[in-house]
Amino acid sequence: MTTLEPRIDGIPTPTPSPEAGPYWEGTRAGELRYQACATCGAANFGPGLRCHACQADTLEWRRSAGEGVVYSWTVVWRPQTPAFDVPYAPAIIRLDEGYDMVSALVGLVPDDIEAGMRVRVEFHALDDTITLPFFRPA
Amino acid sequence: MTHPYRDVVIAGLHNTVQARRIDGATMRSLVTDALVGACADAGIAVTDLDGLVGQGVGEAAFDMGLGPVTQVYASQGIPSVRAAAHLVASGECRAVAVCAAGARILRDDGATAPWTRPANELVVGYGLFTAAEFALMARRHMIDHGTTPEQLATVAATIRTNGSAHPGAVYSGRGPFVAQDILDSRMVADPFHLLDCSMTSEGGCALVLMHADAAGDLPHRAVHILGSASDHLGMAYAQAPAWDLAAASGYPAGYVGRRAAETVWRQSGLGPSDVDVCEFYDPFSFEIIRQFEAFGFCDEGAGGDFVMDGTIGPGGRYPVTTDGGTMSYSHAGIIAQQIQRVMRGAEQLRGTCESMQVDGAEVALCTNGGSGALFNDLMLLGVDRP
Repeated sequence: MTTLEPRIDGIPTPTPSPEAGPYWEGTRAGELRYQACATCGAANFGPGLRCHACQADTLEWRRSAGEGVVYSWTVVWRPQTPAFDVPYAPAIIRLDEGYDMVSALVGLVPDDIEAGMRVRVEFHALDDTITLPFFRPA
Repeated sequence: MTHPYRDVVIAGLHNTVQARRIDGATMRSLVTDALVGACADAGIAVTDLDGLVGQGVGEAAFDMGLGPVTQVYASQGIPSVRAAAHLVASGECRAVAVCAAGARILRDDGATAPWTRPANELVVGYGLFTAAEFALMARRHMIDHGTTPEQLATVAATIRTNGSAHPGAVYSGRGPFVAQDILDSRMVADPFHLLDCSMTSEGGCALVLMHADAAGDLPHRAVHILGSASDHLGMAYAQAPAWDLAAASGYPAGYVGRRAAETVWRQSGLGPSDVDVCEFYDPFSFEIIRQFEAFGFCDEGAGGDFVMDGTIGPGGRYPVTTDGGTMSYSHAGIIAQQIQRVMRGAEQLRGTCESMQVDGAEVALCTNGGSGALFNDLMLLGVDRP
């Protein structure tokens, strides 16, 4: 069965928002970043203006260790557009710092994906501005 | 306290032709055709309308020579119907049409429908689209409760069979289906096979709401709004659609719609056991299972078994999505297919369905949205004035 690989050639390119600038600077530098609240400590993602837990405007950017577990996933066989070769496996990753992000799983075959499996981030550059994080079994 | 919708009735409704493609049609032409049909159905002249809510309302007011009227542009289905009801209940308007249509926006067969492709920067690079987003929710329910592909397929087969029997459905005559037919269709986004998913089409619709003092003059039985409420969780297709997102509120995203259902039961003084027909939104098969749990028809995790014994089929206790919904009846874009859920509920209570009429139906629960989209709107209809 096909081992899942990053799909990056010719895919739609993210347009960075002002709020997410530090996130994209981080991925370019090989760091996964998230926001944490200096008031209550809650981890927040995606990039926003106030803490989802306490509404304080005291969010600070921090570096994630880039490890977590697979919370949920799907294996796509009918691509969103032809730019995405199938199969690919979008997933919700629950990071150890206590936040969730959408990414895609690579480096394993679809049948081996399991809920709760440990994964670690890796980075793949689309171009000079955008580098995307993917997750591989740890 | 007087019921908020006591003075409002659903007076008329009309669907244009619904089809995969309608040659020569535009959103504007479909909206005007739907408005003319809905007013005729209500026994009023188009010029009797003093309010328009929905899509293309300015063009429609122009094309009909209406005015001055209240115009409310809206991009959500049941909230549009509710807004129209509020216009009538407040005394601002006496006859309000809710209208919507979709045409000429689905022309790229190599890609999924344009509105299903998230543009958000954190999601766009991973090839997500609506089916994948909803699959992330369904998968988590399968992990937690052992829900099976066969249970999902049973939902899809039921709804698609309903649609195949409906003379006006896009996929009229394309059935009946059994669960194995769904499982045999190609995989789109695991666990969803092609036939677990809604389709895309073109078509228009309109619904007319009037003051209840017009009820005696209507060509059809007046239908009443017994309650309506919404749950929304901010930006969809941007944040990760985790089942337990927002769980700290007491209402996890996987059960979006539960808080709204509690409001509807409170407004109406009714509960799930009072419902005769479930015109639930069906973007994906799993969402029917999820809604039965979210609204209190069955326990958490029991939805998969709930749908397996004929309960949701013709003659069952809770017939679901009786026109074929977005899987088979029509799915014309942003909100037409949402308004059509309310319209089908009203047709059931009038007793005028050409197919899958639920005998003696007096209460219909109509819904829009779903967990992957992080929203769920509800509207409870009844034959008795609240």
